[in-house]
Amino acid sequence: MTQKLVVVGAGMASGRMLEHLFEAAPGAFDVTLFGAEPRGNYNRIMLSPVLAGEKTFDQIVTHDGDWYAAHDVACRFGETVTRIDRKAKVVFSRGGETPYDKLVIATGSAPFIIPIAGRDLPGVRAFRDLDDVEAMVAAAKKPNAKAVVVGGGLLGLEAAAALRLRGMEVVVLHLMGHLMERQLDPAAGYLLQKELEGRGIKIHCKAQTKAVLGTDRAEAVLLEDGTIYPADIVVMAVGIRPEVRLATDAGLYVERGIVVDDQLMTSEPDILAIGECVEHERICYGLVAPLYDMAKVAAKTLLGEKAAFRPVETATQLKVTGVNLYSAGDFADAPDREEIVLRDASAGIYKRLVLKENHILGAVLYGETADGAWFFDMLRKNTDVSEMRETLIFGQAYQGGGKLDPMAAVAALPDDAEICGCNGVCKSKIVGAITEKSLTTLDGVRAHTKASASCGTCTGLVEQLMKLTLGDAYNPAAVTPMCGCTDLGHDDVRRLIKAKGLKTIPAVMQELEWKTSCGCAKCRPALNYYLVCDWPDEYADDYQSRFINERVHANIQKDGTYSVVPRMWGGVTSAKELRAIADVVDRFEIPMVKVTGGQRIDMLGIKKEDLPEVWAELGKAGFVSGHAYAKGLRTVKTCVGSHWCRFGTQDSTGLGIRIEKFMWGSWTPAKVKMAVSGCPRNCAEATCKDVGVICVDSGYEIHFAGAAGLDIKGTEKLGLVRTENEALEVIVALTQMYREQARYLERIYKWAKRIGYDEIRRQILDDLEKRRAFYDRFVFSQKFAQVDPWSERASGKDKHEFKPMATLSLEPAE
Amino acid sequence: MTKTMQWAAIGRLEDIPRRGARCVKNGGMTIAVFRTADDRVFALEDKCPHRGGPLSQGIVHDGCVTCPLHNWVISLESGLAQGADEGSTVTFPVRLEGDRILLGIAAVAEEAA
Ligand code: SRM
Ligand SMILES: Cc1cc2nc3c(=O)[nH]c(=O)nc-3n(C[C@H](O)[C@H](O)[C@H](O)COP(=O)(O)OP(=O)(O)OC[C@H]3O[C@@H](n4cnc5c(N)ncnc54)[C@H](O)[C@@H]3O)c2cc1C
Ligand code: SF4
Ligand code: FES
Repeated sequence: MTQKLVVVGAGMASGRMLEHLFEAAPGAFDVTLFGAEPRGNYNRIMLSPVLAGEKTFDQIVTHDGDWYAAHDVACRFGETVTRIDRKAKVVFSRGGETPYDKLVIATGSAPFIIPIAGRDLPGVRAFRDLDDVEAMVAAAKKPNAKAVVVGGGLLGLEAAAALRLRGMEVVVLHLMGHLMERQLDPAAGYLLQKELEGRGIKIHCKAQTKAVLGTDRAEAVLLEDGTIYPADIVVMAVGIRPEVRLATDAGLYVERGIVVDDQLMTSEPDILAIGECVEHERICYGLVAPLYDMAKVAAKTLLGEKAAFRPVETATQLKVTGVNLYSAGDFADAPDREEIVLRDASAGIYKRLVLKENHILGAVLYGETADGAWFFDMLRKNTDVSEMRETLIFGQAYQGGGKLDPMAAVAALPDDAEICGCNGVCKSKIVGAITEKSLTTLDGVRAHTKASASCGTCTGLVEQLMKLTLGDAYNPAAVTPMCGCTDLGHDDVRRLIKAKGLKTIPAVMQELEWKTSCGCAKCRPALNYYLVCDWPDEYADDYQSRFINERVHANIQKDGTYSVVPRMWGGVTSAKELRAIADVVDRFEIPMVKVTGGQRIDMLGIKKEDLPEVWAELGKAGFVSGHAYAKGLRTVKTCVGSHWCRFGTQDSTGLGIRIEKFMWGSWTPAKVKMAVSGCPRNCAEATCKDVGVICVDSGYEIHFAGAAGLDIKGTEKLGLVRTENEALEVIVALTQMYREQARYLERIYKWAKRIGYDEIRRQILDDLEKRRAFYDRFVFSQKFAQVDPWSERASGKDKHEFKPMATLSLEPAE
Repeated sequence: MTKTMQWAAIGRLEDIPRRGARCVKNGGMTIAVFRTADDRVFALEDKCPHRGGPLSQGIVHDGCVTCPLHNWVISLESGLAQGADEGSTVTFPVRLEGDRILLGIAAVAEEAA
């Protein structure tokens, strides 16, 4: 009979343990997984980049619904286990009693909140889970928002740097004399402080926090010396305490953490404990590498195999983009110790090694950390370094008189050198996996070895190993870069524009380290669009970064003339409009007039110089630009609908006109075409459009993601709505979601396929709040976009565009 | 008959937008005058070596212009097509005197008797 395994806590340790368990003996246990958080396992380490806006939460989920389903895990997320009855072998939760044969406690730790007045006020947060991150992100949205971070350790500084990236004013309060005093010596602490101050973060060391002030919510933080820092949010990052309450109440042996032996067994048979809640040989751990070792051993113990957990040295890195910092071991001063220090102020480098009798005890590296793994390896192996003492500090590449070459350094690492500290993966394991499994991508290596899959700071090393093993067959550009000017892909650029608050093209190029001085014809129009979309009220459109058609608001033709297509709302026109067009055609001798495939009229072959006057004339009859040239809303085709047609069910013409009048002028990643048909006979061809509506008796069927150009694709059905108002809201929200997420030149059908149709349905149809927020953002941006570009130019804007600078006559003057 | 170079003042630097171009008509020919992001000025015949596209309408970047019709990239300095494409466009010398732009046109003039 399969045994019942209950796991309390869906965190990093338990996720890893289940992986080992299912890999070794699938089906051996019926697993029930409790988690207090309303979500499954994710990579908690990466909450820092999520807070900074450099990653999304989806990217850090380690186990998704499919994975749990595939392994028959009964998921009880959002359900806290409140009590263990070890006699009856059941656990209690809101959902009742759950019996177990084996129990694993993996409750992690609880953030420590210092016991001062005001600590319970809303606005005081820890930095532990996604809810904390969301609360901080929300606080950062307020203009001029201020954050006070209490604690200048790893966690506090990652929070501070991330909040600063989000545009907040940030103060860090730190009790000790320098930052990260547990990992850094004062000199490295100083360099770090200077770097963070350079980013606009205020650091206050030796700060005794006395109280959080505020009536209904946190408003400020008061220090013992009377200093007051205003705060919209206060982040407590002063430390963690093993989460042991369940175990204590159940009568297990608990000291600082739940005491376990080498097999991870607690004092009670059939109950194991792993992770941060555990104490082993008087040590509690707060970094994932040893916890992953525990996970491996616990899985073996559960299966009755022999394995033992042994204490491990840990190394630390700070995950703040642009700060390189590595620290391992013990580096306190002592009479029997020697140190080697290297400083390079202009390059911002500081390295310090602490030795005892020619063995490395500790290493602090700031500014340049490539040799961290090498030092750490010698530290753990207790290598005698007397042979290379003279050059030790210059790193591995200098040994043996070689030149500084990162590839040589990686090549020289011994097979058992640890590459990924989080997951304890050594060099030979990575190289082995690459050759045996024919891996060619970083994702592949991550999937098979887990190397660089947690905090990601060793990604560079892993890539160098891949390069070494695969030679030219490895192309490290896992994402397709936007163009030759950058290595970043469109998604990264879009995210970083938001996260760093970049509001001009030069700012993007500077901050994201563009390789060219002013971009190219591929990236400039894309960046211009992203900035228009993200900062509709603040960004000044850069016309020189637009393709000619969008710059002069007409379509260029092969002979250098232009075509002009005015809007005919929903394809409906009148005698007056047609007469105006006829007059313009006569007056400017326009060579061709054609009905387009988009239900309107095209005038082709107009000279550029004539454009402003053509527009002025058309404007008098009420015409505005049809944007036939734009990555923006093009046409909304309609059929005659219920107004005339014997089959029509709703006013399809009216709805089409309403949509077009509401949405014209908006810029989009690629062109957007819509159509509304009055019944399923579909005379407006709505089912091959970017967005289409099929009217039916009971309402409006909304379709999206069709194509009828280079690719032909029928639409997907988004869903049925009852009223015209709702139809408009859904269409607008869908378009805004697309505007915010798609890559430049990616049409809706390609974007939707990438994101997933269900995800779009979820955000646009099911989640009313999200829908409304998308809708509101579209409406806001229309305030700045719905300006007729033709009338602007007819009255003089950009007039230099339309006439020559000079006309030369070089004949000698008689 | 001698070949002479005539310099004609065609306007001021501020008449051309940065990373943009303006046209100068010279008889039947159109000359595109470009201004780069760092205020250098170049002149080319407004005709792409590919299929005659109007280069003045392209996007200007790093000393090059991308033709609006089929995206060939042409060097402003040499008039040569970049990358794998082959061909060239006639270039004209340009001088900046203060912010005045002078365009040099080689012309064939009657020698004064
Ligand atoms: C004028 C028109 C043809 C006509 O005489 O009917 C036309 C003309 C052009 N189409 Fe189109 N398309 C026209 C309807 C269509 C349609 C039919 C429709 O809209 O219902 C389609 C298929 C539907 C679709 O888009 O999925 C269509 C699919 C394309 C494509 C392929 C797009 C794709 O993503 O697959 C291109 C190429 C592109 O955009 O890169 C294109 C590009 C063009 C361009 C802009 C080519 C260019 O870059 O110069 C042509 C501009 C001519 C001009 O100066 O006016 N045109 N084009 C139609 C104008 C509609 C309007 O009133 O705005
Ligand atoms: C922002 C941040 C950055 C970090 N960066 C790094 C880093 O760079 N490197 C590194 O090595 N480590 C880092 N850490 C530490 C690392 O995340 C932890 O060591 C690791 O997550 C601990 O794993 P765990 O499984 O023991 O606990 P957790 O991952 O915390 O999981 C425990 C889970 O149990 C749940 N739980 C608790 N009690 C109950 C109950 N009674 N019933 C049901 N569920 C319960 C909790 O809600 C939680 O979801 C970071 C941590 C944070 C917060
Ligand atoms: S789709 Fe239906 S309503 Fe529209 S014209 Fe055709 S038959 Fe009439
Ligand atoms: S005409 Fe210039 S690229 Fe074709």
